[in-house]
Amino acid sequence: MRVIASEEISNAVKNLIINSSVNLPEDTYKSLQMASEKEISESGKTVLNQLLLNAGIAKTELKPLCQDTGLAVFFVEIGKDVAIADKNLTDAINDGTRMGYSEGFLRKSTCDPISRKNIGDNTPAIIHYDITNGDKIKIMYAAKGGGSENMSRLKMMRPSDGKEGVIDFVLETMKEAGPNPCPPNIVGVGIGGNFERSAIIAKKALFRKLGQINNDFELAEMENIIFEKINNIGTGPMGFGGICTVLGVHIIKEPCHIASFPVAVNIECHSHRHSEIII
Amino acid sequence: MKAIKITTPLTENIILNLKTGDEVLISGTIYTARDQAHYRLVKLLEENKPLPFDLEGQIIYYVGPTPEKPGEIIGSAGPTTSYRMDKYAPLLMEKGLKGMIGKGKRSVDVKESIKKYKALYFGAIGGAGALISKAIKSNKVIAYEDLLSEAVRRLTVEDFPAIVVNDVYGGDLYEDGRRKYENKYNNIK
Repeated sequence: MRVIASEEISNAVKNLIINSSVNLPEDTYKSLQMASEKEISESGKTVLNQLLLNAGIAKTELKPLCQDTGLAVFFVEIGKDVAIADKNLTDAINDGTRMGYSEGFLRKSTCDPISRKNIGDNTPAIIHYDITNGDKIKIMYAAKGGGSENMSRLKMMRPSDGKEGVIDFVLETMKEAGPNPCPPNIVGVGIGGNFERSAIIAKKALFRKLGQINNDFELAEMENIIFEKINNIGTGPMGFGGICTVLGVHIIKEPCHIASFPVAVNIECHSHRHSEIII
Repeated sequence: MKAIKITTPLTENIILNLKTGDEVLISGTIYTARDQAHYRLVKLLEENKPLPFDLEGQIIYYVGPTPEKPGEIIGSAGPTTSYRMDKYAPLLMEKGLKGMIGKGKRSVDVKESIKKYKALYFGAIGGAGALISKAIKSNKVIAYEDLLSEAVRRLTVEDFPAIVVNDVYGGDLYEDGRRKYENKYNNIK
């Protein structure tokens, strides 16, 4: 059994958080560049160019890309042959989150849902665990902003609604969202599982790199159809009108109950901050 | 399109001359407030108590910046989604507020109040917080420090870039823009 000091985990988490806040991932930057070349709306093009400029400033001046530095969301894969010394993994990740948001001068956005009082250190992080083989720990992090999260939806559809039903639901969600979730967006779709699993896999789908094609041919085809339909809505960058409303549609599916057809749509903003580390 | 330079406080003349889609560069004093600050401001008004700043002719910017590092004027400071302030905005306009900067759609009530009280709703670029912070030249918390990023700040801005979304004539940039580019993606493929 391999043993890792909890401090190593916390420090890695801290660094992931601070680096992500100022460095737009390469896939997102490239995707925005491609969008700015393709966009036919003048104001849409201006927005995209400003976003590229913003990414440059954030990187050189180490200033957060967006003031909403998010809730800290983690997908963690833990090998069965690794253990953490002195602390449990959840505490180690929360320690790293606390340090990252404090030392990185990032915004603390967690609050009590009823009193709305700020927690003050951006904990608790939202953490999803999977057990895998081996003796490594893979930590995937996303800074998930509230604006795009608020426009996300989940629907328990009927099995008879089929693929077309899913496509319509995603499209309806994006039409309703309009300018609110900071388009151009990335859309994560979770099909199947149950009520909570559909939402979790929709979030996980956002972690796939932009431009990477879905291994499942049928899902890849659905992604293409939805991608075109969303870009035909006309919302455009920041909703000022245009043909670049979405940068990518990513679908994950899982088996579900014979009576159910859960579909979750998790919207991500263009400030698509995601990164990972293997320890 | 060439951006129109305007200064605060907003006069009726400035407001009537601006239309949906106009790009503006705002200079002068603006105030920040988002969810919890709005809740408190409206509560004060309902209790007939004075506000921490005079609303007359002013602009409220919906923003909760990141904490400034030592030596910085302000952290990253882009707009937050405006609809969450829809419940409070009409009363603030009734009491003299003339401008709001944010992102995203407004309610029918807010758009009606914009016409009725002659105000403007400006859109700024969400997710461009590092870039936008460059237009902010001073930053002072004037109320509700306990709300951290949600505190009310007085900002001095110079050429703050925004675009008129809703004007006094009932114009709506989001509706116009979407209609113009609906089904246009197919054409370029």
